[in-house]
Amino acid sequence: MIAVELRKLFRRPRTWVTIGLLNALPVLVAVLMALTDLAPRPGEGPAFLSAVLTNGTLYPLAALAIVLPLFLPIAVSLIAGDAVAGEAQAGTLRYLLARPAGRTRLLVAKLVSVFAFVLVTVVVVAAVGYVVGRLFFEVQPVGGTALSGTSLTSADIVERTVLAIGYVAVSMLGVAAFALFFSTLTDSPLAAMLGALAVLIASSLLFTLDAASSIAPYLPTRYWLAFVDFFRDPILWRDIVRGLGLQAVYVVVLLGAAWANFTTKDVTS
Amino acid sequence: MTGNAAVIATRGLVKRFGAVRAVDGIDLDVREGDVYGFLGANGSGKTTTVRMLLGLVLPTAGTVQLLGGPMPKAARRVLPRVGALIEGPAAYGHLSGRANLALLDAAGPGGSRRTRRARVGTVLEQVGLAGVGRRPVKAYSLGMRQRLGLAGALLRRPELLILDEPTNGLDPQGIHEIRDLLLELHRSGTTVFLSSHLLAEVEQLCSRVGVLDRGRLVLQDELARLTAPTGATVVETPDPQRVRAALDGRVLSLDGTRAVVRGADPAEVNAALVAAGVPVTGLALQRPSLEEVVLAAAGTSADRVDAGEGRARR
Repeated sequence: MIAVELRKLFRRPRTWVTIGLLNALPVLVAVLMALTDLAPRPGEGPAFLSAVLTNGTLYPLAALAIVLPLFLPIAVSLIAGDAVAGEAQAGTLRYLLARPAGRTRLLVAKLVSVFAFVLVTVVVVAAVGYVVGRLFFEVQPVGGTALSGTSLTSADIVERTVLAIGYVAVSMLGVAAFALFFSTLTDSPLAAMLGALAVLIASSLLFTLDAASSIAPYLPTRYWLAFVDFFRDPILWRDIVRGLGLQAVYVVVLLGAAWANFTTKDVTS
Repeated sequence: MTGNAAVIATRGLVKRFGAVRAVDGIDLDVREGDVYGFLGANGSGKTTTVRMLLGLVLPTAGTVQLLGGPMPKAARRVLPRVGALIEGPAAYGHLSGRANLALLDAAGPGGSRRTRRARVGTVLEQVGLAGVGRRPVKAYSLGMRQRLGLAGALLRRPELLILDEPTNGLDPQGIHEIRDLLLELHRSGTTVFLSSHLLAEVEQLCSRVGVLDRGRLVLQDELARLTAPTGATVVETPDPQRVRAALDGRVLSLDGTRAVVRGADPAEVNAALVAAGVPVTGLALQRPSLEEVVLAAAGTSADRVDAGEGRARR
């Protein structure tokens, strides 16, 4: 069943179009910066972008930082929101369940395929970022500079980039869990996707509001940018650990709710 | 027929959506070897019942036994032996029909991977789509999609076919073809449960009939018994008034060139009329049509909601 879902996901042209479009913005940014040689000042614009002119190996991280606030969540909610509601809208859900695929099995297979999409997407963004960084920017032969000013070796940067990619993927799992839960509630993939995005936008907005500071630590987007902390020396683990814990709670609770809803609902689509 | 094993048996099946009772206490009895016609107007609860049989909709009350197993509990054991077409076909538009069938087959138990290619080829041939090639389903016509849906139902040589409006979207030749296919499958031992609002289709195919009206099963019997002779003879004659004179007291009704006469033996009626010199152009035993039987049992259309009735149904 998992193999079937993976085949469905990755044989669908839309999946690759989404991933392709997702990479367009970081590439455009790189081209513009390489042509004009203008970088945002440190502390402004997306993380790492100010550093890439001097060190192209940081571009995978800059690329992730560029797509993280909006593009990546849109792509993830699109695919995860479509997971169950898309089958319902197409009418294929009733045939899968009458096959019988088994509701729990189907949900698990959808979950795995959505997670696979998150992982592939994040890795592709990082990989394209790497290639673009190499092509357009100078590459320092030995290491780079941590955000805190001390220098890092190339091996350090590779290791920490991998960790950061993993962290961003986990953050996106939270988004996927929201969209997948909504996807079991409605027969409209669009509604599921917009529902997940609405949660994220609300979360980002509340995060900037002083009056909401008491709930800020529990907002799903609160620790998204903590992947930057992998590039402090030493690594600043506090927010990273909190971010991982928070996403884990969201993922477990939402998937539990998705399972409880999907296994007991009337399929009338 | 009644000696055969029960294939579908429901007991007091009820489905309530909010305040509306879509299905209201029905006891279906479909036996091995039946071609069962499940009749009912649009909105009478046919589709909800079919979905409950397959475990898609969960009953509010009552039980479903499918091939001897309780649904939805035994779904994993029982459903691989059932082929279904539910409220129109559905497929992934960007894939070919062949790829769609292969994916569907791989999505559940009971479809061996080794024989998959061959089985997909066979059912495509059976439904008349063998030559369709790699064309994506989104380029199919409605009739082709219907055939593909039927192919999906036949993929694992099911013992029971549950078909909801299987000839929807087909042209007359297509309907004829599918009818022949269903009869052939029935001859080779498949039990067919056919849900339809097309009386003619059911009359031509089915051996047993159940009629659903506003969620209630108002009739369930052998088709032959429902349309059995009424004990009267229909006489065609250019001069019906003379029939009344010749067979006084036996005439049940006169209408144009037709007279309905009491008596289950047309030969005897004919002899009496000829003896009296009444010209007879046609003679037949009177049989109620399925339409008459259904209309008598089911009342008005279920789409129709008269004032005050909306509340009464709740």
